[in-house]
Amino acid sequence: MTPSNGLSAAPSAHLAIDGVSKWFETSRGRVQALDNVSLQVAEGEFVCLVGPSGCGKSTLLNMIAGLEMPGQGSVVAAGQPVRDPSRARMMMFQESALFPWLDAFGNVMFSLKRKPGLNDAERREVAEHYLKLVGLEKFMHASIHELSGGMKQRVALARALAPNPRVLLMDEPFAALDAMTREQLYGDLQRIWKQRKVTIVFVTHNVREAVSLGDRVILFSPHPGRIREEFVVNLPRPRDINSVEVAAHATRITRALKDHMEHGAGI
Amino acid sequence: MKRFLTAFLFFVLLIAAWHWAFVRHIWSPVLVPSPESVVRYIWEITQDGTLWSCTAVTMKRLIAGYLIGLLAGVPLGFLTARVQALRDTVGVLALGLQGLPSVCWVPLALLWFGQTESAMLFVVVMGTLWSVILATETGVRNVNPIYIRAARTMGSSGVHTWVYVMLPASLPFIVSGMKQGWAFAWRSLMAAEIYVTILTGFGLGHLLHYGRELNAMEQVVAIMLVIVVIGLLADKILFSPFERFLHRRWGTEK
Repeated sequence: MTPSNGLSAAPSAHLAIDGVSKWFETSRGRVQALDNVSLQVAEGEFVCLVGPSGCGKSTLLNMIAGLEMPGQGSVVAAGQPVRDPSRARMMMFQESALFPWLDAFGNVMFSLKRKPGLNDAERREVAEHYLKLVGLEKFMHASIHELSGGMKQRVALARALAPNPRVLLMDEPFAALDAMTREQLYGDLQRIWKQRKVTIVFVTHNVREAVSLGDRVILFSPHPGRIREEFVVNLPRPRDINSVEVAAHATRITRALKDHMEHGAGI
Repeated sequence: MKRFLTAFLFFVLLIAAWHWAFVRHIWSPVLVPSPESVVRYIWEITQDGTLWSCTAVTMKRLIAGYLIGLLAGVPLGFLTARVQALRDTVGVLALGLQGLPSVCWVPLALLWFGQTESAMLFVVVMGTLWSVILATETGVRNVNPIYIRAARTMGSSGVHTWVYVMLPASLPFIVSGMKQGWAFAWRSLMAAEIYVTILTGFGLGHLLHYGRELNAMEQVVAIMLVIVVIGLLADKILFSPFERFLHRRWGTEK
């Protein structure tokens, strides 16, 4: 792992975040969530955003999704400025955000029904395909409350993948799961990412998780959210979160994180 | 099966006790008729068709008014939940009027509409509308915002989000509002029918009222029984399917 020599634009950048700042009005006045953040993500890259809470990483993800607008700066996806949510950039949340009034299959169908150019039979086929891909073919017609936390996130993953997005945005999707389930999902996610060649931006506060998943780990510091450092992870895949190499990388990033916190910018 | 037997046994004992009280002349037979006379009366009105025609008249009023209340209440509830100005106006009005016992609409309805079907309809609508508005508003305001965000990323917006996300997400609240609205409408209609004679239709409430006029206690008791049974049936037919669906999907089964 080497700290990469800069945030310079990769030629094939699929996502280009340029000089983004964001402020929120709160009951305690105006709070700056992000300060002049720039980031390029290449097509098919797996990038993890890491930092303590309050560093604006989820806000940045929401802006890439088109759910929020930057106060300053620009977010460009596939050459187009991001103004609205789009099926080209699907999002997965910490809570599964699955609809309890639909079964697993119905939830996956929801994202497909709004996609033009498919007939109903094709949509069904696609939905079944993705539920199989996440290993839930036996639970297609299960109610959401009958599924375990891990299964819910699998359905959410299938739902996000089904419209065939170019970018998958994941906001701490595994944070609420137990360690065993999480490790299974790390494996599944890496397998699916490799198969589908989808670009992933993954937000987490778990450094080890970031190291075992990402091609790059972007370190944020809070108040206001800034990019502090960037680490390229060159470990072979599939990676095991319990391996010594992952731990060694994680330790260095954690140390850097603590450094930034102590010499803290405006805490 | 065991639960059914328990219930069955309970009612058999209840009727037996009633019969026993009648036979022992504990109260005057004018005040407490025998179970047999009540059954005989119900048999008679089923034979001459009175029961069916009265039930039909009452149910027609109830269902028409209830549907109007629902069709107006659900959209109004959505609007009051989404528009601050409406919440501060229509919302407050609904809260106030929902607290008004729906019988209190009867005198006003009679003065406005006279002894007509419109008066009956009005009373039922007023009984239904406010609880449906309030329940829908609560339901919509309790929708987890993450559902809306998730729906937006999946290409849902505007009317589609309202119909396919907000409406189903607030369904548990709406159904409880529908039940409450039904109960209020049913009560106010009975009050209205007992209170006034409407020449265009002779309902169950009228039958009950004339039972009193004629001092025919078996008629009074029999019609009360019919009203109870209709209430139970409505619950089973109208609301149980919804509630079963909600329990199954949301996993709220006890």
